[in-house]
Amino acid sequence: MPTYEPVIGLEIHAQLCTRTKIFCGCATDFGADPNTHICPVCLGMPGALPVLNSQAVDLALRAALALGCDVQPRSVFARKNYFYPDLPKGYQISQYAEPLALGGGIDVEVDGSSAFVRLTRIHMEEDAGKSLHEGFADSDRKTYLDFNRAGTPLIEIVSEPDMRSAAQAATFFERLCQVLVWIGVNDGNMDEGSLRCDANVSVRPVGQSTLGTKAEVKNVNSFRYLQKAIEYEIGRQIDLIEHGGRVVQETRLFDAAQGKTYSMRSKEEAHDYRYFPDPDLPTLVVAAGRLAEARAALPELPDARRARLMTQYGLPAYDADLLTQSRELADYFEATASASGLPKAASNWVMGEVLRTMKERAVPITAVPTTPTALAGLLRLVDAGTISSTVAKDVFATMYESGRSADEIVESQGLAQVSDTSALEPHVAAVLAAHPDVVEEIRAGKDRKFQFLVGQVMKASRGKADPKVVTDLLTRAIG
Amino acid sequence: MTPTPSAHPSARSIADDIRTGRRTAVEVCAASLAAIASNDPRLTAFVTVTGERALETAARIDADRARGAGLDRPLLGVPMAVKDNLCTAGVRTTAASRVLADYVPPYSATVITRLQEAGAVVIGKTNLDEFSMGSSTEHSALGATRNPWDEARTPGGSSGGSAAAVAAGMVPAALGSDTGGSIRQPAAFCGLVGLKPTYGRVSRYGLIAFASSLDQVGPMTRTAADAALVLEAIAGHDPHDATSSHEPVPSLRAALGRGVVGLRIGVPRTLLQDGVDQGILNGFDAALARWTAAGAQLVDITLPHTAHAVPVYYLIATAEASSNLSRYDGVRYGARASLTREQGLRDAYMLTRAQGFGDEVKRRIMLGTYVLSHGYYEAYYLKAQQVRTLLRRDYDDAFGLCDVVAMPTTPSPAYRLGEKTDSPLQMYLEDIFTVSANLTGLPALSAPAGLTSDGLPVGVQLMGRMFDEATLLAAAQVLED
Repeated sequence: MPTYEPVIGLEIHAQLCTRTKIFCGCATDFGADPNTHICPVCLGMPGALPVLNSQAVDLALRAALALGCDVQPRSVFARKNYFYPDLPKGYQISQYAEPLALGGGIDVEVDGSSAFVRLTRIHMEEDAGKSLHEGFADSDRKTYLDFNRAGTPLIEIVSEPDMRSAAQAATFFERLCQVLVWIGVNDGNMDEGSLRCDANVSVRPVGQSTLGTKAEVKNVNSFRYLQKAIEYEIGRQIDLIEHGGRVVQETRLFDAAQGKTYSMRSKEEAHDYRYFPDPDLPTLVVAAGRLAEARAALPELPDARRARLMTQYGLPAYDADLLTQSRELADYFEATASASGLPKAASNWVMGEVLRTMKERAVPITAVPTTPTALAGLLRLVDAGTISSTVAKDVFATMYESGRSADEIVESQGLAQVSDTSALEPHVAAVLAAHPDVVEEIRAGKDRKFQFLVGQVMKASRGKADPKVVTDLLTRAIG
Repeated sequence: MTPTPSAHPSARSIADDIRTGRRTAVEVCAASLAAIASNDPRLTAFVTVTGERALETAARIDADRARGAGLDRPLLGVPMAVKDNLCTAGVRTTAASRVLADYVPPYSATVITRLQEAGAVVIGKTNLDEFSMGSSTEHSALGATRNPWDEARTPGGSSGGSAAAVAAGMVPAALGSDTGGSIRQPAAFCGLVGLKPTYGRVSRYGLIAFASSLDQVGPMTRTAADAALVLEAIAGHDPHDATSSHEPVPSLRAALGRGVVGLRIGVPRTLLQDGVDQGILNGFDAALARWTAAGAQLVDITLPHTAHAVPVYYLIATAEASSNLSRYDGVRYGARASLTREQGLRDAYMLTRAQGFGDEVKRRIMLGTYVLSHGYYEAYYLKAQQVRTLLRRDYDDAFGLCDVVAMPTTPSPAYRLGEKTDSPLQMYLEDIFTVSANLTGLPALSAPAGLTSDGLPVGVQLMGRMFDEATLLAAAQVLED
């Protein structure tokens, strides 16, 4: 029995974060009442004409540059002709023979080994409307249509069949998504369909250079489901071949509840889309100046920033990875680090309390009311020994709630650590007097009982005692 | 009724009369409506007459005038007819198709808005071949239009309704649209000036598309001066049409009267050797004689790829049309076939389109679908686009030798209703002289060049350099003196 190698390529549709649609002035807001963001153009009324949204081009260019593609100086919008009720004009405007960008790719690391996954192309297109087959009293005989989404600008990013495992494909999708959100091209809301992934999966015996017949798994909208769908599909195909069957080229859907893919339609019944250049839209010419501007406006990308956080702040790879999960989080960290002068502490706090609180409250970093400057103030108090880390966590919670500074809170609640020996000596004496047996045991060599006494003094000082001073005093007293 | 230019006032004189107070806009509008009421039952030039709206608009113009407002509007109070493939907000726009029989657009075409801003009073919507597919206005779901010069004959098409309305004196000016000759051929058949502007000169926003890379809206009038007046009102860049040009619009009225002294007129004699009616040739030669008498020179030119123009045109036009007409699916607007409970989506599409479209439209959709099909695209569509480039080169070469190109607009004068409906191919071949202007994007005008011995109008066509409508209008005016 041969060993099989899976071959995977992805096609990702990413919605561009424009204010208006790609060919008209309608808003792109998600969640509006059905058919409220529509006009003659996006409804395909007779005589209406498309005019390309320049902001959509700028965002598509930004994506192409961030992913290392070659932007084509001239690209052409074509018509993809097919009938479907949610497709208003009877054709979708999409780039076909001459796309916006070619080539490019990203590094994908799985289990410590890194591979470069190449991109074939990036092209621009419009989204269709939405067919609502369920949820109405007469859904058994009617389909309702919502055209709010019709004309939403998309880019389709097509990868080469460079991936060899489901985990690698999922990581690629995740990395791609991270970059798109990072550069402000996509909002990353997969639940709202702003990122959708199709996977082309085939298998072949290891060592064979020709590709096996592929199946396309459509519309998988989470990293985890993508991995599961591909894993299932690989298993299904190997199983089929092992039992003397043959993989047919077809489109399949993933059923997340069952964890299985099932056949939607075979390619034999596929449409002839009769692509031809859309005569309503001139060739898209990207002048060198516009490209240079887009390149100059590109922010530092995740990989570069990860590397810089490690060298500039001496952070371990783990920290750098976590802090660059979004550009805003990395910004927050860097602002905290530079305001406090304590990069490692800043990293620990952002990865710890800040991320924990965000998760607890389900808010993004941009909605965290505590500013990096305020957090830096707290870190300095800990560093100076004014408060313990434990107290600091409570102070952070109060800062988050009240918006007051760490200094103010520590001051008003009298939380500063007591390191004045004369203030602590009475507590030490009282604890020693209350636990003569423990003192005896320690003197007899049971060192671990020592922490108990420290805890008792801390308790007596209501947590404000500096544990280091307490330890010194107790050591001296017990002798 | 006499369909001669002198019998009816021009758009310019009407605007002047209203401006100076000799007539009111309401009087002019009422007279136009009366002419429609008495003539149109025989001619069927109009699909919809918007009398009430028109009179309201005219009354507003008179009221404005009483306050001294809006007097600078060039088409002040001029009643105009517009082809029924131009969207008019709140007024039914059918494209002469059953599929849009009750369609009322929510917006107006840019040309309509511009006409209104220029002071024109839109009085009604004119008949056409369904979706502009045809050259006789017989392929209309609303019945055929008749030629005012001889009511047994076609006015031409597809802008036949606009041509008949102007020729019969119902309005002084109308808008048509021209994809392969649909303004110029009916203008020739009805003894009018018809101008297809340079591609991109006039906005297509709100023009119900036939073939997007060929369609242009333009004026149909009795005089060159009126054509200039109307074109000036509608021309210029439109942000709603990505193919509309930023080229500035010169004062076309100023170009009138500048004559043809020194103008080099290219004549492709080889194209006229076969199949052109003698009456047409006589009219054409008479026009050339008038131009040379007025100071123009004739230059022999060849346009070697013209023989391919008609097939290339029917490949490109049908390909684009097959896609443009996909939107008529009964889902969002327009007629929708009723279904039984057993019938599904596929039936809905097939029945709606089978019932909604006429035979000529179906023929062209099928042809265009075939042209774009996998495996044929390269052989047909792509090849046609390559020949289109060669055709453009022919004209580039010609314009090295001459300033305008002259030829007859049509090989024959207006034919009888029903004469060519049985032979679509025969009808397509009639487009031989007109399609090149659409394929190349060049401006082209048809001007009246006398009558045949049967008393039917002859049209002479002039094609000019890109955006040089001014020269065409000036030359056409010379024939009017």
